[in-house]
Order: sequence, then structure tokens, then C-alpha cells
Amino acid sequence: MNEYTLPILFGVIIGTLARSIMLKTDYRQYPTYLHGKVIHLALGFIAAGLGAVAVPAIMEKEFTAITFLTIAASQFREVRNMERNTLSELDSYELVPRGNTYIEGIAVAFESRNYLVIFTSLLTTAFYLIWNIWASLGVTVICYLIIRKFMSGSTLGEIVDITYKGIHFEGAGLYIDNIYIMNIGLPQRQKEIEKYGMGFILTPKNFDVRSTIANLGQRQAILHDVSVTMGVFRDSGTPALVPLIKRDLDDGRIGVFILPQDKDIDKAKRVIGAVPVLENAIRMPSESKANRKGSESK
Amino acid sequence: MNIEKAILSVITTNNQKITGGAPIFVCDTKEEMDNVAANLEAILDGISHALSDELYIIVKH
Repeated sequence: MNEYTLPILFGVIIGTLARSIMLKTDYRQYPTYLHGKVIHLALGFIAAGLGAVAVPAIMEKEFTAITFLTIAASQFREVRNMERNTLSELDSYELVPRGNTYIEGIAVAFESRNYLVIFTSLLTTAFYLIWNIWASLGVTVICYLIIRKFMSGSTLGEIVDITYKGIHFEGAGLYIDNIYIMNIGLPQRQKEIEKYGMGFILTPKNFDVRSTIANLGQRQAILHDVSVTMGVFRDSGTPALVPLIKRDLDDGRIGVFILPQDKDIDKAKRVIGAVPVLENAIRMPSESKANRKGSESK
Repeated sequence: MNIEKAILSVITTNNQKITGGAPIFVCDTKEEMDNVAANLEAILDGISHALSDELYIIVKH
């Protein structure tokens, strides 16, 4: 035992706890229960250790020790690759795939959460060493609030209006409202689709949202989440029964065609509203300089 | 070049309208055409699209 043992231990414990808070397995069941979780808790523990040891190293004037943080960075970039590879491999076996944009979003979240753990344990150990355990506990609470903020991205319900619209056929063409979805030739398939299909129109609340929901990755994420939560009337070898989203080119609305096993309209609306807005799909045309100049000259 | 979509077969009741290319199945009635198309859809793992009442194509997506 020396003067650094307790602060380092405290930092490691808080960091590992932070990782376990961020490791919520929700309806997506990812990371997979137990084994997947063990991997990430272990990595979180390593990250916490790295963060906690950095401060005493500096205090002992071992400045070169800080370079091991760069090793940590490359280590956690590997985590991102690992998650991306696993999920991409598994994606081809999903009835409704996640899509690359969604996978990239998940992988980035895994990497960034390890950095959050490093910062948390670095700060808690530093505060413990400089002041005392109470200051350290105070900064723990602040870190917790920051982590909560990072964990809650925006959801689709905040940026679009969701309305239920039945589906209908015009000849062989399947339509939701006035949005053409696809051509279904067989009368038998058309009957199945009329029986099981549901249509929703998502209307963007402002101009920025238009390009976000037009993103193919974002659309695939909607279909995947709805299919996971509501079930999907589909099997391998029935390519005609495929949930699809098409766009109205005139006003940027999108028509969501789904084949749920649970035909509950309110629930479907809630599920679509709760789909995360993917970081990689967000566009802000209103932030463009060209746009701002245009508004000045008016 | 990677071809993403291809017409796997054509089913029709009017052989005047189609020639060449993909395998063509000529049927006598609309019912027969529906049956053949449903079977081919399952076998070929494609989607049958109707171009008109007398012409279906099976497309691999």
C-alpha cells in the first residue's frame, strides 16, 4: 500500500462502474447477453486502469508514461473494428438487416464509451489525489451526468410527424398515400400484403430533417428496429415480402411499408418514434454558409 | 461490372409480345400464369412483377 493505491483503486472502480452503466442491453440484444458483456466489461476495466494510472505517473514526473494513452487509443480503435466486423458478418443472416450506417453508429459508440471511461477514471483519481475523496465523489456525479447526456441521442419522434396511412394497390403497384413502393405481380402475394402490411407516412418537421430521413442507412435502421420489435411477416425465399421505405421526391416525406406480426397501430407509431437518429445520417443544410448568406441578402 | 438486378424468366399468355433473352414460359390462361409465376418466384428466389395482365417477369433483386 502506498499513497496512490486507494486513489487508483477508486478510479478503476468508478471507471468500471461507468462502463457497466453504459452497457445497457435493450431490445436490440446487443452486446449479446453474458459473453458479449464480459468482453466489454473487461475492456472497460482496462480502460479504467489506464485512466487511473495516468495521474500518479505525472505526479511522479514520469511524463513518458503518458504515451501509453496512445496505445490505449489504438487498442480501442480495434474495438470499433471488432464490433463492425462482427455485426457486418451477422447482418447477412438477419431477415431485415441493420444496414452499414447503423452498424457504424454502434461501433463508434463502443469506441467512444471506452474513452469516456478513461476520462472518468482519470478525473476521479486526479481529484482524489489533489483534494480528497469527497471532491472525487463530486466529480463522479458530474461524470455520470455527462455520460447520461452522451447516451441519449435524439429519436425519430422528435424530428418527424408520424401518421398511419393504409396501403393500396393500383394495378400491380403498391402505394402508401401517393408514394409508390414496389410492383407486386402475383394476386396471391397482393392479398398477403393487403392482409399483413401497414403503411406510415413520416413528414419531416423542417428542411434539415429531409436529408436525414432520406439517408438510406437511416431508413434501413427504421425497418430493422420496427421488424425486431413488432415481428416481421417474412422468411428466406419470399423476397416479395420485404419491408421498404420510399421517398416522395416532391416534399421529402417518406412512406414506410412494414409487415409486422403484431398489427397495433399505436405501438408501431411509438416504435418508429423511438428509432434512434443515426449520427452518421444527420445533415444540417441550414448551417451551411451559402444558406446564411442567402438569408442576409433578402 | 456487378449486375445487381436481372430478369430471371418471363411468364406470358401472349407469346406475340415477347422474344429472346430470358427463359420464357407461355401459358394458356391467367390462372396457369399465376401458378407458374408463384412457383418460379419461390424456386428462383426472385420477385414476380406484373408489366401487364398478360406478362409477368421474375426479377432477382
